[in-house]
Amino acid sequence: MRRRSVLGGSAALAAGLLTRPALTQGAVEVSFFYPVAVGGPITKIIDGYAADFEKENPGIKVKPIYAGTYQETIVKALTAHKSGTPPVTSVLLSSDMFTLIDEDAIIPFEELAKGADDAAWIKSFYPAFMFNSQTGGKTWGIPFQRSTVVLYWNKDLFKEAGLDPEKPPADWAEQVAFAQKLTKREASGNASQWGIQVPSSGFPYWLFQGFTTQNGVELMNQAGDTTFFDKPEVIEALQYWVDLSRKHHVHPPGIVEWGTTPKDFFERKTAMMWTTTGNLTNVRKNAKFDFGVAMLPAGKRRGSPTGGGNFYIFKKSTPEQRAAALKFIKWITSPEHAAQWGIDTGYVAVRPDAWETPAMKKYVADFPPAAVARDQLPYAVAELSTHENQRVTKALNDGLQAALTGTKSAEQAMKDAQAEATRILRPYKR
Amino acid sequence: MTRFSASVHGWLLLLPALALLALFTHFPAAATLVDSFWSTPRGARGSVFIGLDNYQTMVEDPVFWTSLVNSTWFALGTIPLSIALAILMAVWVNDRIAGRTLVRMAYFTPTILPMIAVANIWLFFYTPQYGLLEQVLGAFGAPSHNWLGSQSTALICVIVVAIWKEAGFFMIFYLAALQQIPPHLAEAAALEGASRWTYFRRVQFPLLMPTTLFVLVNAVIGAFRTIDHVIVMTRGGPDNATSLLLFHLYQVGFSFWDTGYAAAITAVLLAILASLAFSQYFFLERRIHYR
Repeated sequence: MRRRSVLGGSAALAAGLLTRPALTQGAVEVSFFYPVAVGGPITKIIDGYAADFEKENPGIKVKPIYAGTYQETIVKALTAHKSGTPPVTSVLLSSDMFTLIDEDAIIPFEELAKGADDAAWIKSFYPAFMFNSQTGGKTWGIPFQRSTVVLYWNKDLFKEAGLDPEKPPADWAEQVAFAQKLTKREASGNASQWGIQVPSSGFPYWLFQGFTTQNGVELMNQAGDTTFFDKPEVIEALQYWVDLSRKHHVHPPGIVEWGTTPKDFFERKTAMMWTTTGNLTNVRKNAKFDFGVAMLPAGKRRGSPTGGGNFYIFKKSTPEQRAAALKFIKWITSPEHAAQWGIDTGYVAVRPDAWETPAMKKYVADFPPAAVARDQLPYAVAELSTHENQRVTKALNDGLQAALTGTKSAEQAMKDAQAEATRILRPYKR
Repeated sequence: MTRFSASVHGWLLLLPALALLALFTHFPAAATLVDSFWSTPRGARGSVFIGLDNYQTMVEDPVFWTSLVNSTWFALGTIPLSIALAILMAVWVNDRIAGRTLVRMAYFTPTILPMIAVANIWLFFYTPQYGLLEQVLGAFGAPSHNWLGSQSTALICVIVVAIWKEAGFFMIFYLAALQQIPPHLAEAAALEGASRWTYFRRVQFPLLMPTTLFVLVNAVIGAFRTIDHVIVMTRGGPDNATSLLLFHLYQVGFSFWDTGYAAAITAVLLAILASLAFSQYFFLERRIHYR
């Protein structure tokens, strides 16, 4: 593969050195890349899991390698794959499934897990998380650190505005009505407090999928080769988002930064915000007021996309390594460990029976907002994921930002995004 | 020592540096150029020779053109301003003023901070409502503005961060050069009754020209190379308003995995930088007075 040598040559070299299988005393070594996308001592927790697993399974050595953000991790994993020595398994974005399939980098779990209990194992996860893990009748990823979008609200500010502090907005109309009451303006006309904030920097498509799902429309098909960005319901959903700032003036104009949105919430600059459940622990620690967590308000229905990372098994590995990796993945997604991982990080525990474990029951009893994301799962849909995923996603992101900043109408923006996506996906339609 | 062995000796001394340069600079550059004529391999499909197809894609790619225009504005915005600021600061801290070391250090501080940290700090400066900029402007009664979140101001905000970061670094070079200027020139100028401005324009500035060339070359390269703050602050948004050429290249290469097309963009970027550097040496070299 000389042709790839230029891009990421050094990354591949570094990754190759890290992942060279060192088979000592017949032990099977499983190298495992993982990203860290939320706060907390994640690397320590993962190392702890690996050590516990090794204790129970002598003969298998799990080598967890912290690889940076999701984006950095896939860059490292794919360059390592192209240089011939990828990790045996890795946690990568669930929406990168098609990219990994197209690069011929991963194998479906059906190839490894063939027994009846294996089929039951694959069925044991929440179906909402499997939408992004299966295509063409095969399972390519196993849910691990998954999240959804939820609404956080400031109970103190609700009280001040004369609203019931225990009652979050239930639908789109209430969301606007509440936000109008919660928006405060100075004499100069500048807003000193916004009613609501929905971040739109970086990956606006993810939050936008909340609006579109609530408006009863999907953005792509399960085969990942067609998008529906210019459907009237999609345009309507975007118009609703745009109107929050342009018509109702209850949402900051322009692009709202993802990273500073929680801070805006802590500073009481916004009374409500949409963000990931992954921020739960962060908000719990930093909010100096009573706050609530709720499912996103309903349009025609309730809805949110799922997000986060899945386990994948790489193709360039020995049968022993694959079997060992499968064993590790089964171990770490068992009810007890899935529950523990959810408690430690704030991610949604990925299977119903994890919520029945004593540890999780106690956690939810202490801190009921933790269960909101779980309760929202029946309404959740797959995160936008297609072939050429990042390119198609960018077409949509550009369109969304153009509409939110007012350089294009919602309709024009979505038509342009759809045209671009259709062009990109043409080679994948047979 | 014969002439032959002397030249072998010379080449041997050059060898380590030459080998490193060839391995990590010249070979990758040449390989990139070759790669740009081949398609991107995907999975089982191998790479095939496609001639100028990748360049055709580039011409038709609107984001490439937006990025090129943005990069040009970014360069035009950062280079003259940061150099002017650097000279001003250097002349200022070259004089005997109270707290000179402190001022020098203050000017140099932005340079030693990592760009990622700097970008995160500025992110909060620009934050609407409670950001530093908003608070200062708000005190004068200016209307609130979403600086990084609107297409008209995002690129300017990114330029300001780059100037703030670079100027202190360039100041160090000017400061060193200013201290090389013999003091008798200043005395002579004073005796002739030259004003401060005349002394700067007729004596200091011409003597600084070699430094200016060096700084200019660095600034141009830097303008096309710095994208850390773009990644942290805007990720190229809103709607590509801050997408610089290198940022677009990174996206094509490591987000879209279109390595063939990325190689073509790299080739163009290299060509732009090489021609800029050559023309700088070609045009400015003759107007520079080396002592």
